[in-house]
Parts: sequence; C-alpha cells; structure tokens
Amino acid sequence: MANILAGIGTSHVPSIGVVHDQGRHDEPDWKPLFDGYKPVKEWLKEIKPDIAIVVYNDHGCDFFFDKYPTFAIGAAESYQVGDEGWGRRPLPDFKGNPDFSWHLCNSLVYDEFDITICQEMSVEHGFMVPMHLCWDHDDSWPVTVVPVAVNVIQHPLPTALRCWKLGQAIRRAVQSYPGSQKIVILGTGGMSHQLNGARFGHLNSEFDSDFLDRIEVDPISLTKLTHQAIMEQAGAEAVELIMWLTMRGALSNKVRQVHRHYYAPMTTGMGLIALEEKI
Amino acid sequence: MSQQVDKTRPIENTKVFASEETQKGYRLNKFAMSMCKRENREAFLADEESVLAAADLTEVERQIIRDRDWRAMMDEYGGNIYMIMKIGAVIGHGLYQIGAHQRGQTYEEFLATRNASGAR
Repeated sequence: MANILAGIGTSHVPSIGVVHDQGRHDEPDWKPLFDGYKPVKEWLKEIKPDIAIVVYNDHGCDFFFDKYPTFAIGAAESYQVGDEGWGRRPLPDFKGNPDFSWHLCNSLVYDEFDITICQEMSVEHGFMVPMHLCWDHDDSWPVTVVPVAVNVIQHPLPTALRCWKLGQAIRRAVQSYPGSQKIVILGTGGMSHQLNGARFGHLNSEFDSDFLDRIEVDPISLTKLTHQAIMEQAGAEAVELIMWLTMRGALSNKVRQVHRHYYAPMTTGMGLIALEEKI
Repeated sequence: MSQQVDKTRPIENTKVFASEETQKGYRLNKFAMSMCKRENREAFLADEESVLAAADLTEVERQIIRDRDWRAMMDEYGGNIYMIMKIGAVIGHGLYQIGAHQRGQTYEEFLATRNASGAR
C-alpha cells in the first residue's frame, strides 16, 4: 500500500511568491522566513516523497463565486500555473498523478465526501508558495502533486471537524492504494491575519504559537474551534487554518516534530511545522 | 446545526464574507475577477472609462473604482479582498496600500505599525 510519511503545515502568503520570483530571499527582513524552511527542504530531499497532496484554497484564480466548491480535487496529468491578476509566474507547471487522484476521489466519495473532481485545474499562490518554500525546482518539480482545494473564503465554510475528517478519509484512501508510493500532505494557509476592514493587519502570535503546539500534540482540541472563535482571536482570514487539520487528520497520533518555525513581519503569522510518522 | 458564525457577536471593524456580502458584491467581485485575463487588464489600463461603462456595474460601483475607494468596496459594497486586490494590482495599488486605506492611514503610517516592514 501507499504510505503517508509526513505532514507539513505552512502559510502561503502571496508576497513570498513575488520575492521568490525576484530572487530577494537574502534581504534582511525576508531572510528569516526563507532560512526557516531550509531544514524542511533538506529533510524532504532525504525522505523523497513521490506525491504531495496539497490542501489549499483558491483565492479567485480557477474558481469564482458563480460556483465555488467546498472541496475540489485535481485529477489531471498536469496543473497549470494560473494567472491571479498579475500575470503567470515564472514557475514550471506541476505534474499530476491521475491514477492516484482517481483512486483518492473514488475512495472519498464512497466514504461520503462528495468532492468536485477536476480534470483541468490551474493553481495559484495558495498552492504554489508552499511548493517553492518546500522544494527546489528547475524546469520541473521533484514530486508529483494532488491539489485539494477547500472553500475557506465564502461562508458557509466546512467546519474544522469536517476538515479533520477529510484528512482521515484521505488517510484511508492512501492506505487502500495498491502502490508503494511515499506521500507527504501539506495543510496550508494562515496563520493569524485579517485583510478586510479597519482591522486589517490584525495579528495574534500567541494564538499562532498555541495552534502550533496543539496541531502536533492535541489536534482534537482544534477541531472544536468554531469559525467565529478563530476569526475573533486570529482575524477573519485566519480561518484558512482549518486546512491544517486536514493535514493532521491524515497522520496518525504517533508523529515526531521535525521542524517548527514562526515569523510575523508584516500582516500574517507565517508558521511552519513538519511532522513525521514514527516508524 | 453547528453554530459557526455568531451574528450576535459581530467582530469590530470586520466583514465576514457570507451570504449577504457575496450577494451584494457579486457584480463588483465578478468585475475584479475579470482582471485575471491579460487582455482585460490591458483594456482597463488603456481606457478605464470604456471598460467601466461596458461592465455590469452600477454607477456607484463604477465611481468607487474610479475613486480607488478600497474601504467602501469592502465595507459597504460586498467586495471580497482577494478579488478587489486584482483591481489594485492592475493600477499599482498593492495589498498593503489597500490595507492602509481600509485602516484610514497613510501607507507610511501603516508600515510603521509592522514588525519588519521590509518584508513586502
């Protein structure tokens, strides 16, 4: 069977993409962020996953409010770098694994997750920023991908508990896949931030620190957070954090923390946690 | 039904983007979304008035775009920040300039409130 080796929780702030494309990684106010990912890049080179399941949200690139799916999963040969309104970024497209994707979709639907299956899907910063933070690329990426898009921008959103259960269902799907692939799952977004209204720029580093603690050792307690509670404490856009629970739900309760990092320079708590299954 | 958003506890200076906002802001957000196409961005930059005139927008919505009134777009007209950012990007107003405007500050005043404002 295929096997989930590890999970990563990471923010996906769009400005990181701009700085990446411009090669400004070593600027004094950016260096701490990129340095924070170096141990994870090295670790991923060692464990060499075959497939990355990336749980993210589309911020108006491939999906709009005419039809905005609660959960949408890619089942394509490749995923194109999208245009979010500032042109196509100079990144290679992402290679998919349709056979694995279709297995995942079949398993999820029969497990009562009625996802939208996408045979064409362009991806954007929510997906791409975590990819280039965690992997180096030349004209291709060293891992194939499955994009899992979650509605965290237009309420009603799926609950934190529902996102956790999706992770558990992804784990069951992986374990019933007749291959020997090594899989890593990324939960992206957050941490604390608010981008609308006069509360723009609200940060809560204490909340973020507590969330990083609990995602590792007590994730069940996080599944009880309402959207209201997250928004009140950590900002309206911090609800993206429920996607970290899908990552964590796909792991067992026997995980080891490989690395953790936090930096909040501007308007978003940029968090990172890497968890590996104990073998 | 699980109570996820509590309307009896409005969050100060915050819009929760739910049914009321997304219905009210549909035209404005759809217009903003059209900026994901290069030809639409080029047309907007070349002749903003013609593009606004042809767009499915009310006259008030056209005016707040002309005025770059980001705060009104989000606070009063159902704009979603992720969509509105796309209009900002075309005309060179980045997220942090939009944010400063929402806070009622100058860009410099806003940057002075940040931990490491070079990270932009």
